[in-house]
Amino acid sequence: MKSNYEKFKSVCSILEKYSFDKSKLIPILQATQEEYKYLPQEVLTFISSALNISPANVYGVATFYSHFSLIPKGKHIIRVCDGTACHVKKSESIIEALRKKLNLNNSQTTTKDMLFTLETVSCLGTCGLSPAVVLDGKVYGQMTPSKAIALIDQIKE
Amino acid sequence: MDIDLETITREFANSRKDIKKRIIVCAGTGCVANGSLDVFETLTSISKQIGVDIHIELKEEIKDTLISKSGCQGFCQHGPLLNILPQGILYTKVKASDVKEILEKSVLQDEIIERLCYHDKDKVCKGQEDIPFYTKQNRIILKQCGVVDPEDIREYIANNGYKAAKKACIDMTEKEICDELIKSGLRGRGGAGFPTGKKWDFTRVQNSAKKYVICNGDEGDPGAFMDRSVMEGNPHSIIEGLIITSKAIGADEGYIYVRTEYSLAVSRMQKAVKDARDIGILGKNIFGSDHSFILHVMEGAGAFVCGEETALIASIEGKRGMPSPKPPIPSQSGLWGNPTAINNVETLANVPIIINYGADNFKKNGTQNSAGTKIFAITGNVLNTGLIEVPFGTTLKHVIFDIAGGVPDEDGNLSEDNFKAVQIGGPSGGCLTKEHLDIVLDFDSLKTVGAMVGSGGFVVMSKHNCMVNVAKFFMQFTQSESCGKCVLCREGTLQMLLMLTDITEGRATVNTLSLLEELARAVAIGSLCGLGKTASNPVLSTLRYFKEEYDAHVKDKKCPAGECVKLLNYQITDKCIGCGLCATKCPVRAISGKLKERYKIDVPKCIKCGVCKDSCKFDAIVRS
Repeated sequence: MKSNYEKFKSVCSILEKYSFDKSKLIPILQATQEEYKYLPQEVLTFISSALNISPANVYGVATFYSHFSLIPKGKHIIRVCDGTACHVKKSESIIEALRKKLNLNNSQTTTKDMLFTLETVSCLGTCGLSPAVVLDGKVYGQMTPSKAIALIDQIKE
Repeated sequence: MDIDLETITREFANSRKDIKKRIIVCAGTGCVANGSLDVFETLTSISKQIGVDIHIELKEEIKDTLISKSGCQGFCQHGPLLNILPQGILYTKVKASDVKEILEKSVLQDEIIERLCYHDKDKVCKGQEDIPFYTKQNRIILKQCGVVDPEDIREYIANNGYKAAKKACIDMTEKEICDELIKSGLRGRGGAGFPTGKKWDFTRVQNSAKKYVICNGDEGDPGAFMDRSVMEGNPHSIIEGLIITSKAIGADEGYIYVRTEYSLAVSRMQKAVKDARDIGILGKNIFGSDHSFILHVMEGAGAFVCGEETALIASIEGKRGMPSPKPPIPSQSGLWGNPTAINNVETLANVPIIINYGADNFKKNGTQNSAGTKIFAITGNVLNTGLIEVPFGTTLKHVIFDIAGGVPDEDGNLSEDNFKAVQIGGPSGGCLTKEHLDIVLDFDSLKTVGAMVGSGGFVVMSKHNCMVNVAKFFMQFTQSESCGKCVLCREGTLQMLLMLTDITEGRATVNTLSLLEELARAVAIGSLCGLGKTASNPVLSTLRYFKEEYDAHVKDKKCPAGECVKLLNYQITDKCIGCGLCATKCPVRAISGKLKERYKIDVPKCIKCGVCKDSCKFDAIVRS
């Protein structure tokens, strides 16, 4: 286990970079999430004390924006686009197929082995390639349920 | 700082005078996803082997072929795109394995590889001048996207860039700029269509020592990506627009707020701002005038409602992005209580054009109340998806059938009968049907039929799309994006979603429909911001034009388009010869059987994705 000093060292330098400016809360949280991969509760409390704002305030912002996550995510992140264009090209069937493949029920997004997180996004702006799936930052266009499952199998190998 | 644009232009032209050919690889998000960066890498590595004298992104030495990347060229479905200038060749769906042939035939010689050209029916189209998708457009804002290198400020300057900013800073007064904008009739391209000049003038007359300008790049409407393309393809045009805005209203600081999902746009904007600052176009005493302006790029954090101006301002201030009541409008009291002019990306990209060529020239395009051109993102079930720019006043028919090439059915055959509806303006817009095909596109005419230009997303639906499901889809979106401030929006969208879910899953009664309509009207009245006010539009417009589809779901428990999975069943008929192909294709292994005997679908396991039906070569699988 990391010592407390180690744990908060990175958030300290992030706070310093933004000169402890309250109005920079969103960029601070973005940088923090980049560093820790999610927003751990104790780090959020730390940020609120350092900026002299209430933890409720920080929590409010952290939960308002969908980009922030308060729970750890899986090693590989699959984001299925469910924007209008992808939706009319049947992105739902891809989501369903992936859920079954990864054994996720409706409320779960991350697999038990912490290998995969399945998310939907409202629009990636790659409507010309619909339906689109993003796996670890790489966009795959014109997907089908079977192609999506093949992607998972490839990673598992 | 005084910057000599002419010298930069001259030096730039000089550095390129020995370039005989130029290869442009589209590096917009769509083409990158299709592998355009591989094509680019292969180009640079192979060309050395086969002796093409190339050189990338122009460094000090001069060679005679230039390879560069560009922003989105709009023809996304056929990407990766590769242009060769000056011949004007446009190759589509280029793969890394095609690169060698392209270099040998089309760069070293002038031969055209027909296989890589776009084919319009049987006609081979050599370049943009032959492709109906391009020839039927009127590209003004998008003209530079796809040609200039978005990461090279000098190329922007060499193409008349920052001239308008200089003119505004040195030769024009604040009032003159506002008057020119008012005269041009430019209306905000973000959705509401408010006259830009009036907004500026109102901000200008506010008595305040500190004012701000903001560029709204939080393009969240699903199905719209014109702002992304401009930010990726021509970021300096936005900066130039912002400089002119700041001068017009007397602001010295500004923000560009970009959606976090657009990572490429964020990095291109950041680079462009840095380059402009380094060269002295942003900073103190721009062009030697007494006008100073600094600009920040802020990345959003994933909240659709932040596209609403007061919510966006709250977000920049580091708060939850919730809208606040108007008045006061941002022009009076915006960022940190100061007067703020907030404009959309596409609006700002129009500004330098108006200042350079005058309001009268600008008004030559468009209709009386909607001047200029508009970029539409056309997606869904059409032959050619992508970005198009047409003058206001173009008909819907022209856009869908002439530019986008029409609506194909499941087998790819084109017919006007396949067209069912088009959703305009995203989750706030409405659906238009066959009877509206002749309607002209402008701010006012669309409102009369219950739709809106919105941000300009067009999603075309064919007869295989269920309109109830479309309404449900949009409701899901608005429900999850509602910030929760107004009760009617927060609870009303949830209740509407539950009702729509009941309808698509066969649990609804006739009462559900009247209740749905009543609630839809109430939500529109009882919400503060545009999100809630327009959340009901998809429901109301589908109820208006596709009532019979709702009735079929409610009364007969059937989905005529065959899309609502709960009302569907797949069956294998006796046409099955037992080849087993469907069983291997099924993603959830719900199909089993013995070879050469009829296979069976395990209904509880089936997710109704339709893969089996698509893969069966004997039409033995039916949907009912």
